[in-house]
Amino acid sequence: MSPVHYVALAVILFVIGGVGVLVRRNAIVVFMCIELMLNACNLAFVAFARLHANLDGQVIAFFVMVVAAAEVVVGLAILMAIYRARRSASVDDANLLKY
Amino acid sequence: MTTLTAVADGAAGSAAHALAATLTTVPATGALKLSWLLLAFPLFGAVVLLIGGRRTDRWGHLLGCAMPLAAFAYGVIAFFTLLGDTDRSQDQHLYTYILVGHFQANVNLLVDQLSICFVLLITGVGSMIIIYSVGYMAHDRGRRRFFGYMNLFLAAMLLLVLADNYLVLYVGWEGVGLASYLLIGFWQERNSAAVAAKKAFVVNRVGDAGLTVAIFLMFSAFGTVSFTGVFHQVPSGGSGVATALGFLLLLGACGKSAQVPLQSWLLDAMEGPTPVSALIHAATMVTAGVYLLVRSNPILAVSEDAQIGIAIVGTVTLLFGGIIAAAKDDIKKSLAGSTMSQIGYMTLGAGLGPEGYVFSIALLLAHGFYKAGLFLGAGSVIHGMNDEQDMRRYGALARALPVTYVTFGLAYLAIAGIPPFSGFFVKDPIIEGDFTEHGAGGWILGICALIGAGLTAFYMTRMMYMTWWGKRRWAQDAHPHESPPVMTWPMIVLAVGSVGAGGFLIINDRLQNFLAPVVGVPPVEHGFFTVAGGVALLLALAGIALGWAMYGRVPVPETAPHGSPLTVAARNELYGNTINESLVMRPGQWLTRLSVYFDNRGVDGLVNSLAALVGGTSGRWRRIQTGFVRSYALSMFFGAVIVVALLLAVRL
Amino acid sequence: MSGVLAAGGTNTDFVAEETIFWILAVASVGAALAMILVRRAVHCAIMLAVVMLCLATMYAMEGAPFLAFVQIIVYTGAVLMLFLFVLMLIGISNADSIVETIKGQRLAAGLAAIGLLVLLALTIGHAAIGPAPPQNAGNNVNNLTGIAQLIFTTYVFPFEVTGALLITAAVGAMVLAHRERETPRPNQRELAARRVASGRLAPDPSPGVYALHDAADRPALLPDGSTSELSVSSALSPRDPKQEPRFVPPEETLQITAESGEWEIAPSGGADQ
Repeated sequence: MSPVHYVALAVILFVIGGVGVLVRRNAIVVFMCIELMLNACNLAFVAFARLHANLDGQVIAFFVMVVAAAEVVVGLAILMAIYRARRSASVDDANLLKY
Repeated sequence: MTTLTAVADGAAGSAAHALAATLTTVPATGALKLSWLLLAFPLFGAVVLLIGGRRTDRWGHLLGCAMPLAAFAYGVIAFFTLLGDTDRSQDQHLYTYILVGHFQANVNLLVDQLSICFVLLITGVGSMIIIYSVGYMAHDRGRRRFFGYMNLFLAAMLLLVLADNYLVLYVGWEGVGLASYLLIGFWQERNSAAVAAKKAFVVNRVGDAGLTVAIFLMFSAFGTVSFTGVFHQVPSGGSGVATALGFLLLLGACGKSAQVPLQSWLLDAMEGPTPVSALIHAATMVTAGVYLLVRSNPILAVSEDAQIGIAIVGTVTLLFGGIIAAAKDDIKKSLAGSTMSQIGYMTLGAGLGPEGYVFSIALLLAHGFYKAGLFLGAGSVIHGMNDEQDMRRYGALARALPVTYVTFGLAYLAIAGIPPFSGFFVKDPIIEGDFTEHGAGGWILGICALIGAGLTAFYMTRMMYMTWWGKRRWAQDAHPHESPPVMTWPMIVLAVGSVGAGGFLIINDRLQNFLAPVVGVPPVEHGFFTVAGGVALLLALAGIALGWAMYGRVPVPETAPHGSPLTVAARNELYGNTINESLVMRPGQWLTRLSVYFDNRGVDGLVNSLAALVGGTSGRWRRIQTGFVRSYALSMFFGAVIVVALLLAVRL
Repeated sequence: MSGVLAAGGTNTDFVAEETIFWILAVASVGAALAMILVRRAVHCAIMLAVVMLCLATMYAMEGAPFLAFVQIIVYTGAVLMLFLFVLMLIGISNADSIVETIKGQRLAAGLAAIGLLVLLALTIGHAAIGPAPPQNAGNNVNNLTGIAQLIFTTYVFPFEVTGALLITAAVGAMVLAHRERETPRPNQRELAARRVASGRLAPDPSPGVYALHDAADRPALLPDGSTSELSVSSALSPRDPKQEPRFVPPEETLQITAESGEWEIAPSGGADQ
């Protein structure tokens, strides 16, 4: 089973996640799409670790997971704060930087 | 040593015709070493009076009279010194003005026969007129300023005639132009005076352009602008250069001497006070052009075409001025037309080669006396008649202003060419010279000059009848009175000159011999009573008779009658102003308006459109900032895609 | 399964791996597509959980058992649950509207996605990714020990930094979520006073107590036969007891809730979930 299949799958998942970030309006769903992208990267890392027969890729994937977790925590806390202030969780509503 | 290279025969022809005088100068010695005093006196007076301001008001006029008299005194000393010396072209070096590479122009004062004649004329007649102004301007608040400007003028004119190179001559040329502007517009509060001053300056400028280009040409052709340098090199320079120089110098002379086509400013210049008209626009400044031409005679000697051109200009002008003078009712404007005509004679003389230079200068000197006398007399009448200048309001003034009447009358006889007064002696040789020079064309010039002589007598007789004789046509409140002595004595002195100057200069060829080293010797000797002279005298008498018939026998109407088309044209100065306006002024205005239009639309449009472009583009582009996070995310995504593409492109 | 894989593959193992891979691949791609297409946020979370589980299985197949378990425990178990908690707090009843508010966003997103896909496919195609080396090569120790060795030797500095990051994240979350009380905490006396003032001393009747049907959105019947709106939670719309149930679209729910005046509704226009 060539790792290239895994990498291809990772690419597809990554692109799907990217489209989701651009298209969805609910902030939580956007976060979830970002998580999807990160997972796709993890998959690619693990596939390459297998390809090169060393564990560095897995260690990197591990760190990615940790960082993703931290990011989710902080991001959702921010989202909660915004929701409390503005009663809206749509990313389109934060458009004060409009021209 | 002055050297004189004489060519033997005086037959008509280009090179053989010219009896060229080459100018060689020696450094000044003896009393002539102080020749800078001639400039220093009036300049000092001008500086003190103009910078001193109101403080000098009380004694300003005295200083203003003293300085020209001092300059005249030195001029007399210099004249007699020069007579005694064998070297009569003496050059006094003052300082080096320009020294660049091979080009050098010094401020040197050239005292030779020609310049000493002018010095005596300028300072002598000038002193008389300035003394006269003490009385004429007695009630004017700006009298001190007037004397300052007059002294400034004298300094500039003296620099003009004493210069030994064309560049310093040009400095003096511009200086007299400036003084003329200041003096014509002396009564600044009058709009007409200010406009006339500006007009004089602008028309002069056209002529100055000619002189400027001539100096450029001299520098590029000969590498020098000093008289000696240029005159030594011009015979070898080729007739093309000499012709060009001749015509350019003629253009300069036209501007300064009010010859056709640059004559329009002279009649307007009568807006200035009468002493100004007498000094500047009769005796001295307007003769600067003639001085230029006579001084440049070695250049003219090489170019036959330039001489013909000068003669034609002079002839046209003498008829032009005469016709205008015969129709004008303002006494000063009529005298201005007369001045234009007489200078036309002088220019005509300058176009005749060595034949005419001497007589041109003789006419210039005599004219200085009698025209100044006429103008001062006119000023006396104006002063006595409460500033009335229209001759139709004069009449029968002979009893009321006797001294003025006598001096005016003597000057009248002089200008009309009646022997034994000045005009007869100095005008006839020029007319005679017309017929002997320039072949068949010369005959046409001569006939025109004869007609001009008759015309001169006619309009002067008209002036006499309208002013001094006949019935009185005064205004209600006019009580004409004679002028005070400070005004009459200068007139008397000038009248003496009017009577005797011509004979003095011409009899025994006195002036001719004196000026020979500078201007050459006429190839043919003249007697006094020649055929042409006789015809001229007859025409003058005819003119006087015609004047009597039109103005003496018939009472002069108080309002000007409609007159023939020629009269109407002459009253409009032969449409000289109209021609100037339509040929030059209106196109100039259109050009200005066009330029303004292009500047506003084109240049400003370009700049504004650039600004509008920037503004518009930024107005469009700012809409990219929608404020939506997802748009920003999209652009980031695209950026990432582009980066990957580039990395891939590098790798592939 | 991991043991099988770690011991090195035989042909059948390869076939097994391939089969499982294809099943999982299709499942995960389908779930991912569903995730970006469904309207309710909760459904998205469920789909993400599916994807994560598939990925965990793939990690296991690729000889990364430790990572597989970490994926399930940390990612699916903790992070995704965190998402669900926040969804609960923020509002699960709001569904995304289909209408796109930014012009051309979908088209541009589609183009960008296709572009990226093509580029990455080119990259992969161009890269020389050969077959995987045999499983035993380079693995003298088992997976966990190997990872531990790497973490605590080569990558010890990033490890420490990540620890600091986690602490910072936790503290940051606490700070962000903290709310100062503006009014003092109501004590029991105040709560009681409020209750009396509101006029509703007794607890609200439970729904459908005297009704024929046992549903949370059936109102209770009062003695005179009329329905009591208080018995139905205002998040639900009360139904006529004699009527058959009908599907209430979310917009109407929102409207009814707004009209009741008891709940504040966020301004509409893009805020709808």
